[in-house]
Amino acid sequence: MLRAAGLRLLAVIPIVLGVTMICFVLMFVAPGDPIQTLLPDNASPEVIALLRHHYGLDRPLPVQYLVWLGHLLQGDLGTSIGTGRPVAGELGAAIGNTAIIAIGAAIIGFSIGIGCGLLAGVHRGGWIDRIASAFALCGLSVPQYWLGIVLVILFSVTLNWLPAMGMGPRGLSWHWQELRNLVMPIATLSLIPAGIVTRITRDRVAELLRQDFVRTLRAQGLAGHAILRHVLKNAAPPILAVMGLQLGYLFGGSILVETVFNWPGVGFLMSNAILRRDQPMLQGTILVLALGFVFLNLLVDLLQSGIDPRMRRG
Amino acid sequence: MDVAAPPIGQARWPVVRRMARDPGVIGGMILLVVIVGAVLAAPLVTGFDPYRSSILLRLKPMLYRGHLLGTDELGRDMLARLLYGGRITLLVGFAPVLVASAIGGTLGLIAGYFGGGVNMAIMRVMDVFYAFPSVLLAVALSGALGGGVQNAVVALALVFIAPICRVAESATTEVRHLDFVAAARASGAGHGAILRVHVIGHMIGPVVVYASGLCSLSIVLAAGLSFLGLGVRPPEPDWGLMLSALRQAVYVAPVNAALPGVAIFLTSLAFNLVSDGLRDAMAVRS
Repeated sequence: MLRAAGLRLLAVIPIVLGVTMICFVLMFVAPGDPIQTLLPDNASPEVIALLRHHYGLDRPLPVQYLVWLGHLLQGDLGTSIGTGRPVAGELGAAIGNTAIIAIGAAIIGFSIGIGCGLLAGVHRGGWIDRIASAFALCGLSVPQYWLGIVLVILFSVTLNWLPAMGMGPRGLSWHWQELRNLVMPIATLSLIPAGIVTRITRDRVAELLRQDFVRTLRAQGLAGHAILRHVLKNAAPPILAVMGLQLGYLFGGSILVETVFNWPGVGFLMSNAILRRDQPMLQGTILVLALGFVFLNLLVDLLQSGIDPRMRRG
Repeated sequence: MDVAAPPIGQARWPVVRRMARDPGVIGGMILLVVIVGAVLAAPLVTGFDPYRSSILLRLKPMLYRGHLLGTDELGRDMLARLLYGGRITLLVGFAPVLVASAIGGTLGLIAGYFGGGVNMAIMRVMDVFYAFPSVLLAVALSGALGGGVQNAVVALALVFIAPICRVAESATTEVRHLDFVAAARASGAGHGAILRVHVIGHMIGPVVVYASGLCSLSIVLAAGLSFLGLGVRPPEPDWGLMLSALRQAVYVAPVNAALPGVAIFLTSLAFNLVSDGLRDAMAVRS
Protein backbone atom coordinates (compact mmCIF):
# COMPACT_ATOMS: atom_id res chain seq x y z
CA MET A 1 0.00 0.00 0.00
CA LEU A 2 2.67 2.52 1.02
CA ARG A 3 4.88 1.43 -1.85
CA ALA A 4 2.11 1.97 -4.40
CA ALA A 5 1.32 5.36 -2.89
CA GLY A 6 5.00 6.32 -3.05
CA LEU A 7 5.23 5.30 -6.71
CA ARG A 8 2.12 7.32 -7.49
CA LEU A 9 3.68 10.34 -5.76
CA LEU A 10 6.86 9.98 -7.83
CA ALA A 11 4.82 9.82 -11.03
CA VAL A 12 3.40 13.26 -10.26
CA ILE A 13 6.81 14.97 -10.41
CA PRO A 14 7.23 14.92 -14.23
CA ILE A 15 3.64 16.07 -14.66
CA VAL A 16 4.20 19.00 -12.31
CA LEU A 17 7.36 19.92 -14.22
CA GLY A 18 5.45 19.66 -17.50
CA VAL A 19 2.71 21.93 -16.17
CA THR A 20 5.25 24.57 -15.12
CA MET A 21 6.87 24.32 -18.56
CA ILE A 22 3.57 24.90 -20.34
CA CYS A 23 2.80 27.88 -18.10
CA PHE A 24 6.25 29.28 -18.81
CA VAL A 25 6.02 28.79 -22.56
CA LEU A 26 2.50 30.28 -22.70
CA MET A 27 3.94 33.67 -21.92
CA PHE A 28 6.28 33.49 -24.88
CA VAL A 29 3.65 32.64 -27.46
CA ALA A 30 1.78 35.76 -26.37
CA PRO A 31 1.99 38.46 -29.05
CA GLY A 32 3.81 41.66 -28.15
CA ASP A 33 7.08 42.34 -26.37
CA PRO A 34 6.67 42.72 -22.61
CA ILE A 35 9.46 45.32 -22.57
CA GLN A 36 7.63 47.50 -25.13
CA THR A 37 4.60 47.76 -22.86
CA LEU A 38 6.77 49.06 -20.01
CA LEU A 39 8.52 51.78 -22.00
CA PRO A 40 7.31 54.79 -23.98
CA ASP A 41 7.25 54.35 -27.74
CA ASN A 42 10.25 56.59 -28.34
CA ALA A 43 12.62 54.71 -26.00
CA SER A 44 16.12 54.33 -27.42
CA PRO A 45 17.46 50.86 -28.34
CA GLU A 46 20.08 51.18 -25.57
CA VAL A 47 17.39 51.66 -22.91
CA ILE A 48 15.43 48.69 -24.27
CA ALA A 49 18.56 46.53 -24.21
CA LEU A 50 19.35 47.67 -20.67
CA LEU A 51 15.88 46.85 -19.40
CA ARG A 52 15.92 43.53 -21.23
CA HIS A 53 19.16 42.69 -19.47
CA HIS A 54 17.75 43.91 -16.13
CA TYR A 55 14.80 41.48 -16.38
CA GLY A 56 17.06 38.69 -17.61
CA LEU A 57 15.18 38.49 -20.91
CA ASP A 58 18.45 38.41 -22.90
CA ARG A 59 19.43 35.05 -21.48
CA PRO A 60 18.63 31.77 -23.26
CA LEU A 61 15.14 30.36 -22.65
CA PRO A 62 16.17 27.28 -20.62
CA VAL A 63 18.14 29.53 -18.24
CA GLN A 64 15.18 31.87 -17.91
CA TYR A 65 12.97 28.87 -17.16
CA LEU A 66 15.26 27.61 -14.40
CA VAL A 67 15.50 31.06 -12.83
CA TRP A 68 11.72 31.35 -12.95
CA LEU A 69 11.35 27.87 -11.46
CA GLY A 70 13.73 28.83 -8.65
CA HIS A 71 11.58 31.84 -7.77
CA LEU A 72 8.51 29.63 -7.97
CA LEU A 73 9.93 27.20 -5.41
CA GLN A 74 10.34 30.13 -3.03
CA GLY A 75 6.67 31.03 -3.50
CA ASP A 76 7.47 34.02 -5.70
CA LEU A 77 5.06 34.21 -8.62
CA GLY A 78 6.22 37.62 -9.79
CA THR A 79 4.54 41.02 -9.66
CA SER A 80 1.24 41.90 -11.27
CA ILE A 81 1.58 44.48 -14.03
CA GLY A 82 -1.98 45.63 -13.43
CA THR A 83 -1.83 46.32 -9.69
CA GLY A 84 1.90 46.35 -8.96
CA ARG A 85 1.39 43.93 -6.07
CA PRO A 86 2.85 40.41 -5.76
CA VAL A 87 0.79 37.84 -7.69
CA ALA A 88 0.96 35.30 -4.86
CA GLY A 89 -0.74 37.64 -2.39
CA GLU A 90 -3.58 38.54 -4.77
CA LEU A 91 -4.09 34.87 -5.60
CA GLY A 92 -4.28 33.88 -1.93
CA ALA A 93 -7.34 36.03 -1.29
CA ALA A 94 -9.01 35.05 -4.55
CA ILE A 95 -8.54 31.31 -4.04
CA GLY A 96 -10.48 31.52 -0.78
CA ASN A 97 -13.39 33.16 -2.57
CA THR A 98 -13.36 30.61 -5.38
CA ALA A 99 -13.15 27.78 -2.84
CA ILE A 100 -16.32 29.02 -1.10
CA ILE A 101 -18.48 28.72 -4.20
CA ALA A 102 -16.67 25.68 -5.66
CA ILE A 103 -16.92 23.60 -2.51
CA GLY A 104 -20.46 24.79 -1.86
CA ALA A 105 -21.42 23.76 -5.40
CA ALA A 106 -19.63 20.43 -4.97
CA ILE A 107 -21.52 19.58 -1.79
CA ILE A 108 -24.89 20.49 -3.28
CA GLY A 109 -24.23 19.08 -6.75
CA PHE A 110 -22.82 15.77 -5.49
CA SER A 111 -25.70 15.29 -3.01
CA ILE A 112 -28.29 15.91 -5.70
CA GLY A 113 -26.37 13.71 -8.13
CA ILE A 114 -26.00 10.75 -5.79
CA GLY A 115 -29.63 11.03 -4.67
CA CYS A 116 -31.05 11.25 -8.19
CA GLY A 117 -28.64 8.63 -9.52
CA LEU A 118 -29.58 6.13 -6.80
CA LEU A 119 -33.30 6.61 -7.36
CA ALA A 120 -32.88 6.33 -11.12
CA GLY A 121 -30.62 3.28 -10.89
CA VAL A 122 -32.96 1.40 -8.54
CA HIS A 123 -36.03 2.25 -10.63
CA ARG A 124 -34.25 1.67 -13.92
CA GLY A 125 -36.57 2.17 -16.89
CA GLY A 126 -39.34 3.71 -14.80
CA TRP A 127 -40.59 7.29 -14.86
CA ILE A 128 -38.24 8.34 -12.04
CA ASP A 129 -35.33 7.14 -14.17
CA ARG A 130 -36.61 9.10 -17.17
CA ILE A 131 -36.95 12.32 -15.19
CA ALA A 132 -33.54 11.92 -13.55
CA SER A 133 -31.88 11.11 -16.88
CA ALA A 134 -33.51 14.11 -18.56
CA PHE A 135 -32.31 16.29 -15.68
CA ALA A 136 -28.80 14.90 -16.04
CA LEU A 137 -28.81 15.53 -19.80
CA CYS A 138 -29.89 19.15 -19.31
CA GLY A 139 -27.25 19.59 -16.61
CA LEU A 140 -24.58 18.34 -19.01
CA SER A 141 -25.73 20.49 -21.90
CA VAL A 142 -26.46 23.83 -20.28
CA PRO A 143 -23.88 26.61 -20.77
CA GLN A 144 -23.20 27.78 -17.20
CA TYR A 145 -22.69 31.40 -18.16
CA TRP A 146 -26.16 31.44 -19.68
CA LEU A 147 -27.76 29.66 -16.71
CA GLY A 148 -26.27 32.37 -14.48
CA ILE A 149 -27.85 35.09 -16.61
CA VAL A 150 -31.22 33.30 -16.59
CA LEU A 151 -31.09 33.02 -12.79
CA VAL A 152 -30.26 36.73 -12.56
CA ILE A 153 -33.24 37.53 -14.79
CA LEU A 154 -35.53 35.34 -12.69
CA PHE A 155 -34.42 36.05 -9.13
CA SER A 156 -32.91 39.54 -9.35
CA VAL A 157 -34.70 41.30 -12.17
CA THR A 158 -38.16 39.77 -11.99
CA LEU A 159 -38.60 38.64 -8.36
CA ASN A 160 -36.00 40.93 -6.78
CA TRP A 161 -35.14 38.26 -4.19
CA LEU A 162 -31.38 37.95 -4.62
CA PRO A 163 -28.56 40.38 -5.44
CA ALA A 164 -27.46 40.14 -9.08
CA MET A 165 -23.71 40.13 -8.53
CA GLY A 166 -20.70 40.60 -6.32
CA MET A 167 -19.96 39.56 -2.80
CA GLY A 168 -21.57 42.43 -0.92
CA PRO A 169 -19.70 45.47 0.37
CA ARG A 170 -18.56 43.95 3.66
CA GLY A 171 -17.40 40.53 2.47
CA LEU A 172 -18.96 37.33 3.73
CA SER A 173 -20.28 36.51 7.18
CA TRP A 174 -22.91 34.22 8.58
CA HIS A 175 -25.71 36.72 8.03
CA TRP A 176 -28.37 35.96 5.48
CA GLN A 177 -27.89 39.43 4.05
CA GLU A 178 -24.38 38.43 2.95
CA LEU A 179 -25.00 34.74 2.33
CA ARG A 180 -27.67 35.65 -0.22
CA ASN A 181 -24.83 36.56 -2.57
CA LEU A 182 -23.73 32.95 -2.60
CA VAL A 183 -27.02 31.39 -3.68
CA MET A 184 -26.94 31.99 -7.41
CA PRO A 185 -23.22 31.36 -8.09
CA ILE A 186 -23.41 28.09 -6.17
CA ALA A 187 -26.66 27.04 -7.84
CA THR A 188 -25.20 27.80 -11.28
CA LEU A 189 -21.98 25.91 -10.64
CA SER A 190 -23.69 22.88 -9.07
CA LEU A 191 -25.80 21.88 -12.07
CA ILE A 192 -23.03 20.29 -14.17
CA PRO A 193 -21.58 18.15 -11.34
CA ALA A 194 -25.14 17.21 -10.35
CA GLY A 195 -25.85 16.02 -13.89
CA ILE A 196 -22.61 14.10 -14.29
CA VAL A 197 -22.77 12.42 -10.88
CA THR A 198 -26.41 11.48 -11.51
CA ARG A 199 -25.35 9.71 -14.70
CA ILE A 200 -22.43 7.75 -13.32
CA THR A 201 -24.30 6.77 -10.13
CA ARG A 202 -27.33 5.65 -12.10
CA ASP A 203 -25.25 3.57 -14.53
CA ARG A 204 -23.15 1.94 -11.82
CA VAL A 205 -26.10 1.15 -9.53
CA ALA A 206 -28.24 -0.21 -12.38
CA GLU A 207 -25.34 -2.38 -13.58
CA LEU A 208 -24.47 -3.73 -10.13
CA LEU A 209 -28.09 -4.52 -9.29
CA ARG A 210 -28.15 -6.97 -12.20
CA GLN A 211 -25.06 -8.88 -11.08
CA ASP A 212 -25.04 -12.35 -9.64
CA PHE A 213 -23.90 -11.40 -6.17
CA VAL A 214 -26.97 -9.22 -5.74
CA ARG A 215 -29.19 -12.11 -6.79
CA THR A 216 -27.45 -14.30 -4.25
CA LEU A 217 -27.93 -11.71 -1.51
CA ARG A 218 -31.56 -11.41 -2.44
CA ALA A 219 -31.98 -15.19 -2.43
CA GLN A 220 -30.47 -15.26 1.04
CA GLY A 221 -33.34 -13.05 2.13
CA LEU A 222 -31.40 -9.82 2.64
CA ALA A 223 -33.59 -6.71 2.89
CA GLY A 224 -33.54 -4.07 0.17
CA HIS A 225 -31.62 -1.41 2.06
CA ALA A 226 -28.95 -3.93 3.13
CA ILE A 227 -28.47 -4.97 -0.51
CA LEU A 228 -28.17 -1.33 -1.46
CA ARG A 229 -25.36 -0.95 1.05
CA HIS A 230 -23.38 -3.68 -0.73
CA VAL A 231 -24.12 -2.08 -4.09
CA LEU A 232 -23.08 1.38 -2.90
CA LYS A 233 -19.80 0.09 -1.57
CA ASN A 234 -19.02 -1.43 -4.96
CA ALA A 235 -20.20 1.61 -6.86
CA ALA A 236 -18.16 4.05 -4.77
CA PRO A 237 -14.71 4.05 -6.44
CA PRO A 238 -15.73 5.19 -9.94
CA ILE A 239 -18.23 7.69 -8.49
CA LEU A 240 -15.51 9.05 -6.24
CA ALA A 241 -13.15 9.39 -9.20
CA VAL A 242 -15.75 11.36 -11.14
CA MET A 243 -16.44 13.59 -8.15
CA GLY A 244 -12.75 14.35 -7.72
CA LEU A 245 -12.46 15.40 -11.37
CA GLN A 246 -15.60 17.49 -11.07
CA LEU A 247 -14.27 19.31 -8.01
CA GLY A 248 -11.17 20.19 -10.02
CA TYR A 249 -13.34 21.40 -12.92
CA LEU A 250 -15.34 23.54 -10.48
CA PHE A 251 -12.17 25.38 -9.49
CA GLY A 252 -10.69 25.53 -12.98
CA GLY A 253 -13.94 26.28 -14.76
CA SER A 254 -15.19 28.91 -12.37
CA ILE A 255 -13.95 31.68 -14.65
CA LEU A 256 -17.15 31.86 -16.69
CA VAL A 257 -19.48 31.84 -13.69
CA GLU A 258 -17.32 34.29 -11.74
CA THR A 259 -17.42 36.63 -14.73
CA VAL A 260 -21.23 36.46 -14.84
CA PHE A 261 -21.61 37.23 -11.12
CA ASN A 262 -18.55 39.49 -10.72
CA TRP A 263 -17.42 37.10 -8.00
CA PRO A 264 -13.94 38.14 -6.77
CA GLY A 265 -12.31 34.72 -7.20
CA VAL A 266 -9.43 33.27 -9.22
CA GLY A 267 -11.44 33.22 -12.44
CA PHE A 268 -12.24 36.88 -12.04
CA LEU A 269 -8.54 37.66 -11.56
CA MET A 270 -7.82 35.63 -14.65
CA SER A 271 -10.33 37.39 -16.91
CA ASN A 272 -9.06 40.76 -15.67
CA ALA A 273 -5.50 39.64 -16.33
CA ILE A 274 -6.47 38.70 -19.89
CA LEU A 275 -8.21 42.03 -20.47
CA ARG A 276 -5.24 44.03 -19.17
CA ARG A 277 -2.65 41.72 -20.76
CA ASP A 278 -1.23 41.22 -17.28
CA GLN A 279 0.99 38.23 -18.12
CA PRO A 280 2.48 37.46 -14.67
CA MET A 281 -1.01 37.41 -13.15
CA LEU A 282 -2.37 35.21 -15.94
CA GLN A 283 0.58 32.85 -15.60
CA GLY A 284 0.18 32.68 -11.81
CA THR A 285 -3.55 31.91 -11.90
CA ILE A 286 -3.15 29.20 -14.53
CA LEU A 287 -0.22 27.62 -12.71
CA VAL A 288 -1.93 27.53 -9.32
CA LEU A 289 -5.21 26.18 -10.70
CA ALA A 290 -3.47 23.49 -12.77
CA LEU A 291 -1.22 22.37 -9.91
CA GLY A 292 -4.24 22.27 -7.62
CA PHE A 293 -5.96 20.03 -10.18
CA VAL A 294 -2.96 17.68 -10.36
CA PHE A 295 -2.83 17.27 -6.58
CA LEU A 296 -6.58 16.80 -6.36
CA ASN A 297 -6.32 13.97 -8.89
CA LEU A 298 -3.50 12.45 -6.87
CA LEU A 299 -5.61 12.62 -3.71
CA VAL A 300 -8.53 10.92 -5.46
CA ASP A 301 -6.24 8.16 -6.74
CA LEU A 302 -4.87 7.51 -3.26
CA LEU A 303 -8.36 7.57 -1.74
CA GLN A 304 -9.60 5.17 -4.38
CA SER A 305 -6.83 2.67 -3.73
CA GLY A 306 -7.66 2.99 -0.04
CA ILE A 307 -11.23 1.85 -0.73
CA ASP A 308 -10.60 -0.67 -3.48
CA PRO A 309 -7.74 -3.08 -2.77
CA ARG A 310 -7.58 -4.14 -6.45
CA MET A 311 -6.24 -0.70 -7.34
CA ARG A 312 -3.25 -0.95 -5.03
CA ARG A 313 -1.32 -3.00 -7.56
CA GLY A 314 0.38 -1.12 -10.37
CA MET B 1 -27.46 -1.60 -22.45
CA ASP B 2 -28.57 -4.97 -23.75
CA VAL B 3 -28.37 -5.26 -27.45
CA ALA B 4 -30.27 -8.14 -28.98
CA ALA B 5 -28.63 -9.86 -31.92
CA PRO B 6 -30.11 -8.47 -35.12
CA PRO B 7 -32.50 -10.82 -36.90
CA ILE B 8 -31.13 -12.46 -40.02
CA GLY B 9 -31.52 -10.24 -43.05
CA GLN B 10 -31.21 -7.03 -41.03
CA ALA B 11 -27.55 -7.31 -40.28
CA ARG B 12 -26.50 -4.42 -42.50
CA TRP B 13 -25.98 -1.02 -40.89
CA PRO B 14 -26.86 -2.27 -37.40
CA VAL B 15 -25.73 0.95 -35.73
CA VAL B 16 -27.87 3.13 -37.95
CA ARG B 17 -30.87 0.83 -37.42
CA ARG B 18 -30.49 0.93 -33.65
CA MET B 19 -30.12 4.70 -33.68
CA ALA B 20 -33.21 5.12 -35.83
CA ARG B 21 -35.26 3.39 -33.13
CA ASP B 22 -33.98 5.66 -30.34
CA PRO B 23 -36.41 8.54 -29.63
CA GLY B 24 -33.57 10.61 -28.16
CA VAL B 25 -31.55 10.34 -31.35
CA ILE B 26 -34.57 11.21 -33.50
CA GLY B 27 -35.30 14.28 -31.37
CA GLY B 28 -31.67 15.37 -31.35
CA MET B 29 -31.32 14.83 -35.10
CA ILE B 30 -34.44 16.88 -35.87
CA LEU B 31 -33.17 19.67 -33.63
CA LEU B 32 -29.74 19.58 -35.28
CA VAL B 33 -31.14 19.55 -38.81
CA VAL B 34 -33.43 22.50 -38.00
CA ILE B 35 -30.63 24.51 -36.37
CA VAL B 36 -27.95 23.79 -38.96
CA GLY B 37 -30.44 24.13 -41.82
CA ALA B 38 -31.74 27.50 -40.60
CA VAL B 39 -28.21 28.77 -39.98
CA LEU B 40 -27.00 27.72 -43.43
CA ALA B 41 -30.11 29.06 -45.15
CA ALA B 42 -30.11 32.29 -43.13
CA PRO B 43 -30.83 34.64 -46.07
CA LEU B 44 -33.92 32.56 -46.94
CA VAL B 45 -35.24 32.58 -43.37
CA THR B 46 -34.90 36.28 -42.67
CA GLY B 47 -34.67 39.35 -44.86
CA PHE B 48 -32.93 41.49 -42.24
CA ASP B 49 -29.28 42.50 -42.38
CA PRO B 50 -27.47 41.30 -39.22
CA TYR B 51 -25.14 44.33 -39.25
CA ARG B 52 -27.69 47.07 -39.81
CA SER B 53 -28.25 48.99 -36.59
CA SER B 54 -30.86 51.59 -35.71
CA ILE B 55 -30.86 53.84 -32.66
CA LEU B 56 -34.65 54.05 -32.72
CA LEU B 57 -35.17 50.30 -32.67
CA ARG B 58 -32.94 49.33 -29.73
CA LEU B 59 -34.02 46.37 -27.57
CA LYS B 60 -37.49 46.02 -29.04
CA PRO B 61 -39.55 43.00 -27.88
CA MET B 62 -40.42 39.96 -29.98
CA LEU B 63 -42.66 40.46 -33.04
CA TYR B 64 -41.99 44.22 -33.11
CA ARG B 65 -42.53 45.47 -36.69
CA GLY B 66 -41.52 42.24 -38.33
CA HIS B 67 -38.56 41.59 -36.02
CA LEU B 68 -39.62 38.06 -35.04
CA LEU B 69 -37.27 37.82 -32.04
CA GLY B 70 -36.95 41.55 -31.39
CA THR B 71 -33.78 43.62 -31.68
CA ASP B 72 -30.47 43.85 -29.82
CA GLU B 73 -28.74 46.68 -27.96
CA LEU B 74 -27.88 48.45 -31.23
CA GLY B 75 -31.26 47.91 -32.82
CA ARG B 76 -30.12 45.01 -35.04
CA ASP B 77 -32.53 42.18 -35.81
CA MET B 78 -32.04 39.36 -33.26
CA LEU B 79 -33.13 36.51 -35.53
CA ALA B 80 -30.77 37.59 -38.30
CA ARG B 81 -27.88 37.92 -35.85
CA LEU B 82 -28.64 34.55 -34.29
CA LEU B 83 -28.76 32.85 -37.69
CA TYR B 84 -25.67 34.50 -39.19
CA GLY B 85 -23.89 34.30 -35.84
CA GLY B 86 -24.68 30.60 -35.65
CA ARG B 87 -22.48 30.06 -38.70
CA ILE B 88 -19.43 31.28 -36.81
CA THR B 89 -20.36 29.68 -33.48
CA LEU B 90 -21.01 26.28 -35.07
CA LEU B 91 -17.79 26.50 -37.08
CA VAL B 92 -15.67 27.47 -34.08
CA GLY B 93 -17.38 24.73 -32.09
CA PHE B 94 -17.08 22.00 -34.71
CA ALA B 95 -13.70 22.62 -36.35
CA PRO B 96 -11.60 21.95 -33.20
CA VAL B 97 -13.23 18.53 -32.73
CA LEU B 98 -12.39 17.56 -36.32
CA VAL B 99 -8.81 18.82 -36.08
CA ALA B 100 -8.26 17.23 -32.68
CA SER B 101 -9.75 13.91 -33.85
CA ALA B 102 -7.35 13.78 -36.78
CA ILE B 103 -4.26 14.73 -34.75
CA GLY B 104 -5.18 12.99 -31.49
CA GLY B 105 -6.44 9.89 -33.30
CA THR B 106 -3.22 9.56 -35.31
CA LEU B 107 -0.99 10.12 -32.28
CA GLY B 108 -2.99 7.59 -30.27
CA LEU B 109 -2.82 5.08 -33.09
CA ILE B 110 0.96 5.44 -33.33
CA ALA B 111 1.40 5.27 -29.55
CA GLY B 112 -0.87 2.26 -29.19
CA TYR B 113 0.45 0.32 -32.18
CA PHE B 114 4.17 0.75 -31.67
CA GLY B 115 4.05 0.71 -27.86
CA GLY B 116 7.25 0.87 -25.84
CA GLY B 117 9.27 4.05 -25.97
CA VAL B 118 7.09 5.67 -28.64
CA ASN B 119 4.06 5.12 -26.44
CA MET B 120 5.87 6.54 -23.41
CA ALA B 121 6.99 9.65 -25.27
CA ILE B 122 3.57 10.47 -26.70
CA MET B 123 1.43 9.56 -23.71
CA ARG B 124 3.56 11.33 -21.10
CA VAL B 125 3.24 14.58 -23.08
CA MET B 126 -0.52 14.01 -23.24
CA ASP B 127 -0.58 13.47 -19.46
CA VAL B 128 0.69 17.00 -18.98
CA PHE B 129 -2.10 18.46 -21.12
CA TYR B 130 -4.51 16.23 -19.23
CA ALA B 131 -3.40 17.92 -16.03
CA PHE B 132 -5.35 21.07 -16.95
CA PRO B 133 -9.12 21.34 -16.53
CA SER B 134 -10.56 21.87 -20.05
CA VAL B 135 -12.10 25.29 -19.48
CA LEU B 136 -8.90 26.53 -17.85
CA LEU B 137 -6.70 25.27 -20.67
CA ALA B 138 -8.97 26.75 -23.35
CA VAL B 139 -9.06 30.14 -21.66
CA ALA B 140 -5.34 30.08 -20.87
CA LEU B 141 -4.32 29.17 -24.42
CA SER B 142 -6.58 31.59 -26.22
CA GLY B 143 -5.81 34.28 -23.62
CA ALA B 144 -2.09 33.82 -24.18
CA LEU B 145 -2.47 33.62 -27.97
CA GLY B 146 -4.42 36.87 -27.91
CA GLY B 147 -8.01 35.91 -28.77
CA GLY B 148 -9.67 35.92 -32.15
CA VAL B 149 -11.46 33.20 -34.09
CA GLN B 150 -8.37 31.38 -35.36
CA ASN B 151 -6.72 31.30 -31.95
CA ALA B 152 -9.94 30.07 -30.35
CA VAL B 153 -10.03 27.14 -32.80
CA VAL B 154 -6.34 26.37 -32.14
CA ALA B 155 -6.84 26.59 -28.36
CA LEU B 156 -9.90 24.30 -28.36
CA ALA B 157 -8.21 21.80 -30.67
CA LEU B 158 -5.23 21.63 -28.31
CA VAL B 159 -7.62 21.04 -25.41
CA PHE B 160 -9.23 18.06 -27.14
CA ILE B 161 -6.13 16.36 -28.56
CA ALA B 162 -5.05 14.78 -25.27
CA PRO B 163 -8.35 13.07 -24.34
CA ILE B 164 -8.92 11.84 -27.92
CA CYS B 165 -5.36 10.52 -28.05
CA ARG B 166 -5.98 8.55 -24.85
CA VAL B 167 -9.13 6.96 -26.24
CA ALA B 168 -7.39 6.07 -29.52
CA GLU B 169 -4.34 4.72 -27.70
CA SER B 170 -6.27 2.40 -25.39
CA ALA B 171 -8.45 1.11 -28.24
CA THR B 172 -5.38 0.44 -30.39
CA THR B 173 -3.46 -1.24 -27.58
CA GLU B 174 -6.43 -3.55 -27.03
CA VAL B 175 -6.45 -4.76 -30.64
CA ARG B 176 -2.72 -4.95 -31.07
CA HIS B 177 -2.39 -7.90 -28.73
CA LEU B 178 -5.16 -9.95 -30.34
CA ASP B 179 -4.28 -13.13 -32.23
CA PHE B 180 -5.46 -12.02 -35.64
CA VAL B 181 -2.95 -9.16 -35.64
CA ALA B 182 -0.18 -11.62 -34.80
CA ALA B 183 -1.49 -13.90 -37.56
CA ALA B 184 -1.45 -11.05 -40.06
CA ARG B 185 2.12 -10.23 -39.13
CA ALA B 186 3.14 -13.89 -39.38
CA SER B 187 1.71 -14.06 -42.87
CA GLY B 188 3.95 -11.20 -43.91
CA ALA B 189 1.74 -8.12 -43.68
CA GLY B 190 3.58 -4.84 -43.16
CA HIS B 191 2.72 -2.17 -40.59
CA GLY B 192 0.73 -0.16 -43.10
CA ALA B 193 -1.46 -3.08 -44.13
CA ILE B 194 -2.06 -4.23 -40.57
CA LEU B 195 -3.01 -0.74 -39.46
CA ARG B 196 -5.27 -0.18 -42.47
CA VAL B 197 -7.03 -3.52 -42.51
CA HIS B 198 -7.11 -4.61 -38.90
CA VAL B 199 -6.38 -1.88 -36.40
CA ILE B 200 -8.07 1.31 -37.61
CA GLY B 201 -11.46 -0.37 -37.91
CA HIS B 202 -11.36 -1.28 -34.23
CA MET B 203 -10.08 2.02 -33.00
CA ILE B 204 -12.28 4.32 -35.05
CA GLY B 205 -15.53 3.41 -33.23
CA PRO B 206 -14.53 4.55 -29.74
CA VAL B 207 -12.84 7.65 -31.20
CA VAL B 208 -15.94 8.67 -33.17
CA VAL B 209 -18.19 8.12 -30.17
CA TYR B 210 -15.89 10.12 -27.93
CA ALA B 211 -15.45 12.93 -30.47
CA SER B 212 -19.21 13.17 -30.98
CA GLY B 213 -19.56 13.66 -27.24
CA LEU B 214 -17.05 16.51 -27.40
CA CYS B 215 -19.11 18.47 -29.95
CA SER B 216 -21.52 19.72 -27.31
CA LEU B 217 -18.71 20.76 -24.95
CA SER B 218 -16.86 22.40 -27.82
CA ILE B 219 -19.84 24.56 -28.83
CA VAL B 220 -20.38 25.64 -25.22
CA LEU B 221 -16.67 26.41 -24.78
CA ALA B 222 -16.40 28.23 -28.12
CA ALA B 223 -19.31 30.49 -27.23
CA GLY B 224 -17.84 30.81 -23.72
CA LEU B 225 -14.55 32.11 -25.12
CA SER B 226 -16.43 34.71 -27.14
CA PHE B 227 -18.45 35.52 -24.01
CA LEU B 228 -15.17 36.32 -22.25
CA GLY B 229 -14.05 38.46 -25.18
CA LEU B 230 -11.52 35.89 -26.42
CA GLY B 231 -13.21 34.53 -29.52
CA VAL B 232 -15.16 36.29 -32.23
CA ARG B 233 -14.70 40.07 -32.28
CA PRO B 234 -17.53 42.62 -32.69
CA PRO B 235 -19.35 43.63 -34.86
CA GLU B 236 -19.29 40.03 -36.17
CA PRO B 237 -22.32 38.19 -34.75
CA ASP B 238 -21.68 35.19 -32.47
CA TRP B 239 -23.88 33.57 -29.82
CA GLY B 240 -21.42 33.98 -26.97
CA LEU B 241 -20.59 37.54 -27.95
CA MET B 242 -24.29 38.44 -28.22
CA LEU B 243 -24.92 36.97 -24.78
CA SER B 244 -22.10 39.04 -23.35
CA ALA B 245 -23.19 42.27 -25.07
CA LEU B 246 -26.83 41.84 -24.04
CA ARG B 247 -25.89 41.26 -20.39
CA GLN B 248 -26.17 45.01 -19.89
CA ALA B 249 -29.78 44.78 -21.00
CA VAL B 250 -31.11 42.19 -18.52
CA TYR B 251 -33.20 44.88 -16.75
CA VAL B 252 -34.62 46.41 -19.92
CA ALA B 253 -35.14 43.42 -22.20
CA PRO B 254 -34.61 40.17 -20.26
CA VAL B 255 -36.04 37.94 -22.98
CA ASN B 256 -33.69 39.35 -25.63
CA ALA B 257 -30.77 38.97 -23.21
CA ALA B 258 -31.47 35.27 -22.67
CA LEU B 259 -32.12 34.32 -26.32
CA PRO B 260 -28.55 33.71 -27.57
CA GLY B 261 -28.04 31.31 -24.66
CA VAL B 262 -31.16 29.38 -25.70
CA ALA B 263 -29.52 28.82 -29.07
CA ILE B 264 -26.31 27.54 -27.43
CA PHE B 265 -28.25 25.32 -25.04
CA LEU B 266 -30.44 23.75 -27.74
CA THR B 267 -27.45 23.04 -29.99
CA SER B 268 -25.51 21.51 -27.12
CA LEU B 269 -28.53 19.44 -26.08
CA ALA B 270 -29.02 18.18 -29.65
CA PHE B 271 -25.37 17.11 -29.94
CA ASN B 272 -25.56 15.32 -26.58
CA LEU B 273 -28.75 13.46 -27.55
CA VAL B 274 -27.24 12.20 -30.80
CA SER B 275 -23.92 11.33 -29.18
CA ASP B 276 -25.61 9.39 -26.34
CA GLY B 277 -27.62 7.46 -28.91
CA LEU B 278 -24.50 6.73 -30.94
CA ARG B 279 -22.70 5.44 -27.85
CA ASP B 280 -25.60 3.15 -26.92
CA ALA B 281 -25.99 1.91 -30.49
CA MET B 282 -22.30 1.10 -30.82
CA ALA B 283 -22.33 -0.34 -27.29
CA VAL B 284 -19.10 1.44 -26.44
CA ARG B 285 -18.63 1.78 -22.72
CA SER B 286 -17.71 5.26 -21.56
